[in-house]
Amino acid sequence: MSQTDIEIVVDDPTAPEDDSPSVVSSGTIEIIVCLLLLALAVTLGYDNWRTGASWDATGPEPGYFPFYLSVILGGGSLYGLIAALLARRVVSASFVTRAQARRVMAVFVPTLLFCLVMQFLGLYVASFLLIAGFMRLVGKIALWKSLLTAFVFTAIMFVTFDVAFDVIMPKGPLEAALGR
Amino acid sequence: MEALGLLLHGFAVLLTGKTLVLMMVGLVLGIFVGVLPGLGGPNGVAILLPLTFTMDPTSAIVMLSCIYWGALFGGAITSILFNIPGEAWSVATTFDGYPMAQQGRAAEALTAAFTSSFVGSLVAVLLITFLAPMISSFALKFGPPEFFAVYLLTFCSFVGLGREAKHKTVISMSLGLLLAGVGMDTVSGNLRMTFGSADLLRGINFLVAVIGLFGISEILLTMEERLALRGHAASISLRVVLGVWKDLPKYWVTLLRSSFIGCWLGITPGGAIAASFMGYNLAKRFAKEPESFGKGRIEGVFAPETAAHASGTSALLPMLALGIPGSGTAAILLGGLMVWGLNPGPLLFVEHKDFVWGLIASMYLGNVVGLVLVLTTVPIFASILRVPFAAVAPMIVVSCAIGAYAIQNAMFDIWLMLGFGIVGYVFKKIGIPLAPFTLALVLGNRAEDAFRLSMIGSGGNLGVFWSNGLVGSITTLAIVLLFWPVIDGLLARVGWTTRTRATSP
Repeated sequence: MSQTDIEIVVDDPTAPEDDSPSVVSSGTIEIIVCLLLLALAVTLGYDNWRTGASWDATGPEPGYFPFYLSVILGGGSLYGLIAALLARRVVSASFVTRAQARRVMAVFVPTLLFCLVMQFLGLYVASFLLIAGFMRLVGKIALWKSLLTAFVFTAIMFVTFDVAFDVIMPKGPLEAALGR
Repeated sequence: MEALGLLLHGFAVLLTGKTLVLMMVGLVLGIFVGVLPGLGGPNGVAILLPLTFTMDPTSAIVMLSCIYWGALFGGAITSILFNIPGEAWSVATTFDGYPMAQQGRAAEALTAAFTSSFVGSLVAVLLITFLAPMISSFALKFGPPEFFAVYLLTFCSFVGLGREAKHKTVISMSLGLLLAGVGMDTVSGNLRMTFGSADLLRGINFLVAVIGLFGISEILLTMEERLALRGHAASISLRVVLGVWKDLPKYWVTLLRSSFIGCWLGITPGGAIAASFMGYNLAKRFAKEPESFGKGRIEGVFAPETAAHASGTSALLPMLALGIPGSGTAAILLGGLMVWGLNPGPLLFVEHKDFVWGLIASMYLGNVVGLVLVLTTVPIFASILRVPFAAVAPMIVVSCAIGAYAIQNAMFDIWLMLGFGIVGYVFKKIGIPLAPFTLALVLGNRAEDAFRLSMIGSGGNLGVFWSNGLVGSITTLAIVLLFWPVIDGLLARVGWTTRTRATSP
């Protein structure tokens, strides 16, 4: 097989290493998720019981349908919990390795900040900051490229949604200063 | 033929300059999301849905469905050139597609993939054109019990026939149905599961959940992987295209078999992924020399691609005729229908003829235009992969946020989207399927209303679900499907079935 005709090569400088140690196993996460779902099922089940989950003259009361769904959800998560606990003795696959977790956080934390900043500065400023910051800090892309890409993308979004289609987005002081 | 006349009318609706432009835009965006790692049909449609909020329903559905066709086409490009399936349903295409590219036959493989995609969709669209109006006019006679029975059938077949662990499908589905019930109860007007929160009063919006589940979570998942790639560049010349097309009649059995499998699995909730593997495996089993598969055999590209596209397209049949989506993407399109103010269900064919036939006509036209577009622009789309993911990821996040906010202009929805992003990420990693959740969330209220209306009609007697032959057989079938694994196991023990099934390699 000749490798000479390969023309497109893209590198990933911050790729997670393959031999990174596991942070937590899938089995453990499965147990946690099942416990959370069980708690949710109990909470929702109780709330529906309070609303009224019995059968009156005209058929089921408002809480009837969701109450029994909570029972099914509870049953399913209980089964999942027991299955996961029993499977624990067997070596469980890794849920996420340390290197992978770092990369996931590298995108999750900026997304979280973006949602926070949006409340104060509006969506367009926040998205400019997110794109420029992410490209520069996580992607290690040249500063001017990052700023330019972020500006062009945000501008296109602004023109498409705010100017052309009149879709209202959260706005901040900058848009106010520009009179929009 | 009444259908033919209405279809021609559909083409007339479609052939305006504006709609054609939207179609092209949709296709290009679709191929784009299909090629990019970490984005696919459902994600692309979910993220780009807000663009259509201010359009009229016909233009909106034409653009969205073209995004879907484009994504189906785009998945094949990366499978063949880079050995990276852009979509789960393109995995089977890599088995023979990538070896062909390594042998310098990339152009041939791509042409085969695009052509068979086209054939698969065409068969499915023909099926929709003639079957959907019949089913919907039949379904016009349905009352609430019949509708509830059909919903029940959909849910049960997901549990009984799905490939995932049964309890995980049950968890996913009951969670979806529960969350669909949050907010105002439509029958009695009571509040449910709101815990006094004003934000929960509106309920949990289906599209917000979908954007989080498919958009945000997919970014998180993609970042976990090594994103470096190396692949072949290819351009397709007319000579290669004609060469492949000339040989096409030789493979008619494979094409027909895969189309049939695809249509069947598309209408039932088997999905395009199962269809592509099954198409590949059956082509291999019936071949004269099965060992040559996996080494660059053109049939190995024809078979899965035809099946995947036939399945992806025919998934829209139950959505149009009954208001029940056959796949995750169809469920999102259904969510779109509601946003545009249309009521999905059999009445669509009566009340919104322009919309339905415009959509069906756009399936024909979109696939022809799509075929020409991908054949001519492959080099451009392959080079999209040069754009670093660090630039694409934040743009997708921004698009998701715009989409989630635009639906109800609520900041709460942004946080909801983020929450569903985490849920989707965790669920996918521990194997809880998202498709049943999506389906349950979009159908939950309708299913409950149908149930309660039947109960009010019958004075609380469950016997109404067996009150006539039609509803009785649907309900019984649903229960049989729910317990199908158990029944199948029993039959196997008695020796009635041999349990030989095509399994994915």
